Amino acid sequence: MAITTVPETPRKPGRPPSPYSARPQRTSLGRKVRDNLTGHAFLIGAVLCFVVFSWYPMVRGIVMSFQRTRRGETTWVGWDNYSRIIADPSFWTAWQNTFYFTVLALALGYVVPFFVAILLNEFRHAKGYLRILVYLPVMLPPASALFLFKFYAYDPSEAGLFNAILKALHLPTSQWMQSPEMTMPAMVLASTWMNMGGAVLIYLASLQNIPGELYEAAELDGAGIWRRIVHVTIPQTRLILALLAMLQIVATMQLFIEPLILANGAGAEDSATSVAYLIYQHGFFQNDLNGAAALGVIMLVVLAGFSAVYVRLTAKQD
Amino acid sequence: MAQDSGTRTLISQSQLSRGRGRVIYWALLVVVVAGFTLVFLGPLYWMVTGALKSGQEIAQTPPSLFPKDPQPQNYIDAWNNLALAKLLFNTFYYAIGAVLFQLVFDTAAAYSLSKLRPIFGNVILALMLGTLMIPAMVLIVPQYVTVIDLPIVHINLLDSPFAIWLPLVANAFNIFLLKRFFDSIPEELMAAALMDGATSLRTLWSIILPLSRPILGVVSIFAVTAVWKDFLWPKLVMPSPETRTVSVGIYAFAGGTPMNVVIAASVIAAIPTVIIFLIFQRNIMSGLTTGSIKG
Repeated sequence: MAITTVPETPRKPGRPPSPYSARPQRTSLGRKVRDNLTGHAFLIGAVLCFVVFSWYPMVRGIVMSFQRTRRGETTWVGWDNYSRIIADPSFWTAWQNTFYFTVLALALGYVVPFFVAILLNEFRHAKGYLRILVYLPVMLPPASALFLFKFYAYDPSEAGLFNAILKALHLPTSQWMQSPEMTMPAMVLASTWMNMGGAVLIYLASLQNIPGELYEAAELDGAGIWRRIVHVTIPQTRLILALLAMLQIVATMQLFIEPLILANGAGAEDSATSVAYLIYQHGFFQNDLNGAAALGVIMLVVLAGFSAVYVRLTAKQD
Repeated sequence: MAQDSGTRTLISQSQLSRGRGRVIYWALLVVVVAGFTLVFLGPLYWMVTGALKSGQEIAQTPPSLFPKDPQPQNYIDAWNNLALAKLLFNTFYYAIGAVLFQLVFDTAAAYSLSKLRPIFGNVILALMLGTLMIPAMVLIVPQYVTVIDLPIVHINLLDSPFAIWLPLVANAFNIFLLKRFFDSIPEELMAAALMDGATSLRTLWSIILPLSRPILGVVSIFAVTAVWKDFLWPKLVMPSPETRTVSVGIYAFAGGTPMNVVIAASVIAAIPTVIIFLIFQRNIMSGLTTGSIKG
């Protein structure tokens, strides 16, 4: 990700002279040790938190996935947790649902923000207002926003907001979360509404970095608006586009709170079960933390696969 | 994100300000402003007014645009029955603590990595940034197991605010944001302070931090909203009704509470973040974009 590709600020060759150099020079070794100790003293708090809550759990998750703890006794069980998790009838459903969600969310939540950003970037008026509007849902607690969708928008009767609108337009109404077919699109809609603000703002900022001469040159060559988008806008923002695609895949693969609140977890005919929800189910309801850890490792491997593809694709273009 | 009316964008200024272009521009602007208001504010309006309707009115077809007989009682019920005061206080307490812990530890770490540059600093930074690649859901189980029995000291942090505060310190994004900001502070300022015999801590306190107010503000706002929006982690580590956050509390009550009361509670839970956003929107938006782009 771009975040990690930031070049390290090189150590200045002419590092400021030792601050105490006015004093009699002591052995540089003693100074160095002391400077390093000071440096690490400032680091220690954050590093400890990383060790305990991030690095160690990472390793422990992998270790746990090959162990089984029963009545306080932990034994090594090889791949047992993995085979048990994969044999769970919900396993493949959950992956199917999660991929389906990811694809739908990319189609809607990736393409729409890009064009919204292009549109907003052309406006000379009301820009601030529109930006605030788009980002406002991002600031709502997801639980609040999802209860709104669950109770008011996706009410399957004609008293629900969406059904009332559909009816007023003389379109067929929907059962929304009660219908296995509509469950995913409904979750994607709610999720996109809640989250697209971030992507829009990031696109907007990257659009503003495109040199205006490129558009001028393209226009002189007779390129219309669409061709200017294809030949100037997209190539100029492709790194951000690729980065956001990757981030969005990572985020949508973790689909959890939408099924939990909108669909009470599994949804009609298991149509909402996601991999993250399955982790939660196994870990915290079926008392199978080891199986949940194994599923977590599987998820990590799948995401690492996506990252590898991402690195490949972006590296090729440069 | 300055107002850049001067720079050339996809469509030239001259094309937009003359003849047909001008008409299309204004028509499109009106449509978009109206559409966005409807799409993004409409649901919020529906939420606030819907919670004012009676149980019968909310079930009526077609739904009414304005509550006919407003029932502020729904909001009062939500406040009382869900003990929202306690839930909001808890969430606020966790949020403030998270800000303090992140400011102290992440700022110190970023300062060290940016200016003191001790040995292995780059390795530590790389390991920290590596955690950005690991999705939260993958870590949730081992993190939970760690929190209920901390290694070596064997303390159970369930229902303790530290279970929220400490994991949030391990935030590579913050350290990255802060470090990059510190990197842009000229070395000469540091050198001058050190010449005068100031210690590293003193330099951080009286030179670096005063210059870093904007980025410290961004980190603080992100910390507050992160705590306010988080759901699964507080649900797991704050299992008692007395320690719940507001989102988790509403979820816990949603099953046995009338719909309108749940929505009223959701409205109340959303007010603090919306106010924070309206006050600090400039900082939030600039922090969001600097963090992701200019890298």
